Amino acid sequence: MAAPPILRRVGPACFELGTSFRERMRVPVRVFGSEKLVAEMDDQVFVQAANVATLPGIVGASFCMPDAHWGYGFPIGGVAAMDPETGVISPGGIGFDINCGMRLVATRLVWNEVEPHLRELVNALAERVPAGVGSRGFVRLTDEEFGEVLRQGAGWAVRAGFGTADDLAHTEAEGCLPGANPECVSGRARERGLHQIGTLGSGNHYLEIQVAHAEGLGDPELARAFGIERPEQVVVMFHCGSRGFGHQVATDYLQAFLRAMPTKFGLEVIDRELACAPFRSREGQDYFAAMCCAANMSFANRQVILHRIREVFSDVFHRSSDELGIRCVYDVAHNTAKLEEHEVEGHRRQLLVHRKGATRAFPPGHSELPLDYRRTGQPVIVGGSMETGSYLLAGVASGAASFYSTAHGSGRTMSRTRARKLVRGGALQEQLAARGIVVYAASLRGLAEEAGFAYKSVDEVAEATEEAGLSRRVAHLLPVGNVKG
Amino acid sequence: MKAGFEFVEGATSDLAFVAQAATLDGLFAAASDALVAATVEDPSAVVPSERRTIALAEPDVELLLLRFLNELVWLRDARGLLLRAESVHVTRPKGEAQLEATLVGEPLSRMRHALAADVKAATAHGLRIEARPDGFEARVTLDV
Repeated sequence: MAAPPILRRVGPACFELGTSFRERMRVPVRVFGSEKLVAEMDDQVFVQAANVATLPGIVGASFCMPDAHWGYGFPIGGVAAMDPETGVISPGGIGFDINCGMRLVATRLVWNEVEPHLRELVNALAERVPAGVGSRGFVRLTDEEFGEVLRQGAGWAVRAGFGTADDLAHTEAEGCLPGANPECVSGRARERGLHQIGTLGSGNHYLEIQVAHAEGLGDPELARAFGIERPEQVVVMFHCGSRGFGHQVATDYLQAFLRAMPTKFGLEVIDRELACAPFRSREGQDYFAAMCCAANMSFANRQVILHRIREVFSDVFHRSSDELGIRCVYDVAHNTAKLEEHEVEGHRRQLLVHRKGATRAFPPGHSELPLDYRRTGQPVIVGGSMETGSYLLAGVASGAASFYSTAHGSGRTMSRTRARKLVRGGALQEQLAARGIVVYAASLRGLAEEAGFAYKSVDEVAEATEEAGLSRRVAHLLPVGNVKG
Repeated sequence: MKAGFEFVEGATSDLAFVAQAATLDGLFAAASDALVAATVEDPSAVVPSERRTIALAEPDVELLLLRFLNELVWLRDARGLLLRAESVHVTRPKGEAQLEATLVGEPLSRMRHALAADVKAATAHGLRIEARPDGFEARVTLDV
């Protein structure tokens, strides 16, 4: 745990490592965070961010968000924008769980209406949204139909009856990346993903019932614009991605890039997990098309999960989803590479922005936002640990400093192996129950690994994004029920 | 060198293990045992009711280990089979590393096994195989 001595402050909650830090750096490293958060970052974060700074075509800087922590290859909480003509695309800069993201769902219910049904809700959600190793969803698809999921994303789910047009309007990219080509996806990846639509996954994936207490509303007006408009309002937040399908896409291309780099592209990287290909090469374009398929599978997955949430709440409260006011506040990913327009040194440029464990945070007025969020800026959903709560943030104009990217979670401070040595899953479940948080865990070992003490303070992370000018706080949401993968 | 593995401190989000064995064949088998131990609470309860053979080739032995473990992950997710290596035969003809392996195990069942981590991939992060005076040692990071 030591920031390098040459790290210097260059702005409020912003630090820089010059290109002299490591050999072959093309751009500096910029680290966003409070002095405390940055001081507590693992030294590998700085080394990994510096390794990213060596990649061909990187523009501006290699960025670390306030929740950055040691990943493989790229740090988690890393952002790297590449010139699409001269730069590379790297699966490691996106993450294995392609398009992993967060969805926040509002209800009209308030806490005292939900409290008597809490355990019933958690158990029903756990049953309808399978989690953990080898779980399979209720949607049965042929390979051909799965191909349509990969092309159409969340739109496929809505057309199949699992949602509404309003859900799509409140999903990043309306739930579909247009560059998807299922022919670039291996048969093995398709076979792995075929039965995984509607499943939560495991690790740090979860589905949580939360309460927006009045004292947690940092900006009540913005919160109201996002649909959080009454005291003690109950919301549902979930975190999941493209499941084994996205992992197989990433694994297939990582291995292909490792084979092609020395022979075909003459590329050498410091760490194998930085394997990459020129974006305009056939391999780079094929990976991008396959990654878009995985992103679309992930959007469809979260859409189907929202449908299951609607079913569960309707069953438990004997009222329709519309009567309960269940609507998608927003769905935003944090493991992607996307072609976006940004201003660089006074000129508009198209860039391939890799965000690995970092959330896109477009400012007010951005043309890609739905009309009802044009004035507010993009909702950003930052998941905390199951003990400390989560945040709803909003994008701001000064976020241009990080190509409109901000934090995605609270960030681990401790390995899974160590967390497991410190607490047992069953004991943690009992402690949480005593504090009024009902937890269903697919794996008790996995539950122990996700203990709150294994994470940074989500409050500090959210505050730091505001100090750094990356996003602003809207609401702090506290957990009352959790389905843990 | 006695064949075996232990989980070690790794990248904060993941699970890492060190495996060792007197031979490369034994090392690959020990790594497959580590993967099963990451997946279920009691690996000794996995019975050998299913059997598969696989043959793989990669440019070097580290990439071969990566591919081998990812093959086991794929068989679990796509085919629902929890498998470990009963026997592995690694050869290193010039410029390549190859293996043939017999895998044994059973269909993954929540009724039969307390599940632990959903390993989604073996990663190339910090991946290494090193020769020791009395055998080989591998370090692998699993994405969970």
